[in-house]
Amino acid sequence: MPDTTTHSELPQHATLIAEGVRRGTLSAVDVLDDHLARIDAREGEIHAFNLVLADLARERAAEIDSIVAQGGDPGILAGVPVALKDNMCTRGIPTTCSSKILGDWKPPYDATAVIRLREAGAVVVGKTNLDEFAMGSSTENSAFGPTRNPHDTTRVPGGSSGGSAAAVAAGFASISLGSDTGGSIRQPAALCGTVGVKPTYGAVSRLGLVAFGSSLDQIGPFAHSVDDAALTLEAISGHDPGDSTSIERPPLDLRSKLQMGAAGLRVGRITDLPTGASPDVQARLDEAFEALAAAGAEIVDVEVPAFGYGLTAYYLIAPAEASSNLARFDGVRFGSRTSAPDTNQMYMATRTDGFGAEVKRRIMLGTYALSAGYQEAYYGRAQKVRRLIADDFAAAYAQADVLLTPASPTVAFEIGDKSSDPLAMYLCDTYTIPSNLSGDPAMSVPFGTGDGGLPVGVQVLAPALQDHTMFRAAAELERYMSLSVSDTHGDAEPKGAN
Amino acid sequence: MPERITTADVSKVATLARLTLTDDELATATVELGAMLDHFADIDALDLDGVEPMNNPTHLVNVMRDDVVGEVLDRDEVLAAAPLAEDDRFRVPPIIGLDD
Repeated sequence: MPDTTTHSELPQHATLIAEGVRRGTLSAVDVLDDHLARIDAREGEIHAFNLVLADLARERAAEIDSIVAQGGDPGILAGVPVALKDNMCTRGIPTTCSSKILGDWKPPYDATAVIRLREAGAVVVGKTNLDEFAMGSSTENSAFGPTRNPHDTTRVPGGSSGGSAAAVAAGFASISLGSDTGGSIRQPAALCGTVGVKPTYGAVSRLGLVAFGSSLDQIGPFAHSVDDAALTLEAISGHDPGDSTSIERPPLDLRSKLQMGAAGLRVGRITDLPTGASPDVQARLDEAFEALAAAGAEIVDVEVPAFGYGLTAYYLIAPAEASSNLARFDGVRFGSRTSAPDTNQMYMATRTDGFGAEVKRRIMLGTYALSAGYQEAYYGRAQKVRRLIADDFAAAYAQADVLLTPASPTVAFEIGDKSSDPLAMYLCDTYTIPSNLSGDPAMSVPFGTGDGGLPVGVQVLAPALQDHTMFRAAAELERYMSLSVSDTHGDAEPKGAN
Repeated sequence: MPERITTADVSKVATLARLTLTDDELATATVELGAMLDHFADIDALDLDGVEPMNNPTHLVNVMRDDVVGEVLDRDEVLAAAPLAEDDRFRVPPIIGLDD
């Protein structure tokens, strides 16, 4: 396991923190203070958070320590500082979606994933910045300003969960939660050099996640290591009767599979993958195949012919679902209202003032795709293309246990580079979108660096409910990289001697 | 090639979505949405006859539960988070009658 501790003697890995706190050899308060010190030092330049909950976190950490002192077990994430993307409901604590329209709205309930983190003993340190309503790939579309990449603050952290990715990369939190509708966990994980996982659709409850594209959204973790991500997912996954799309299964069993190695694993290379990955990213992907082959995996060529149509299907389906989901923000029940003489004008004024440009763009695109006369031509055809993609994946998975692709076509780009060209921004999601359409799990694993010494992520994809097989391959990639002396692991700070 | 989407189309869509656009915003949105729809034309050539539309990744149909009273949200807490509430209800401006 790579050791990313740089500033202090205290561990930053969730697995090590929880182990120490549960044994009583490590204080949750000390671990928290260590993280808060890094927030004090760098949050001003990074802007990972919309809200830091230092006082609440201190109370909670002290509570965890006292449970241990009294001989109790606070849970598998005991004392682990966690950051939450600010589109997850936290009771009594502002939840903004980085949008003006929610104002100072305080949800009357907690998201299920948040409840499960707390029940596992985690300590919530804050709510992280995102592209408004999770729409974007750079965290520049936030009503509260952009988040910056801890590796290079002139660059984006990716998005939409850029704040959660940056929080882990900068050591502000040990783990964080993001949501992934078209790559919003995996792409920022790649750009910030952290592990980022979108589990199988339905594995983690969406109750309390403010909906963007309901048939695509999944909550998942960012973490310093594959094992930390596995631990987090084991804590938050499992059936929730409050989410009708939740799979009726027990929590995922992942950590027991991490040491299995890659021997005998069939790893698919997609021969008709859309082009567009930059040469530095492609070189790392090639190296990842070699790493798994050297570990005993069998590399097989597969085809996923409809992969390249994912972008079109997604950018019709996701906005269509968003236009419906975001209809609820009308100035009646949540957050802000712009006054007007009658209710219809109040709806118009509130939404016009409250939503940012990208959200309006997607609402209009989705409304158009669903409008009379165009519904069948756009939304209807996109749903059929979605079926083709799912079927093509299923055929590929008959030949391969996992597939590897880039997570992002490039390393982190400069702030402002793509913000005036929506379509260029959408192309960031080329490699991540298809797994959301099919509902299959996929994750980004830090795999060395590319141009400018910036982190590169390799994406591991697997069929639905084979999250554990995906983690097995990811663990092997991580093991290879930890043995590779010429590379950093993508830590946001220069590493000490390990 | 005819325009994929006109300013009149975008104006109608904005109204359906309860959004007001300035003339500049309308012009920009028409260009941007047109460019996207041009890009999305890549699926026009696909033969999709007989392909079953997929609306979600699960095989779940209607998920039902027993009709028993469970925990519900606290009414005061819900109303406190609204822009305006009165007498245990959400308060909105007049809905009808302003045109008289």
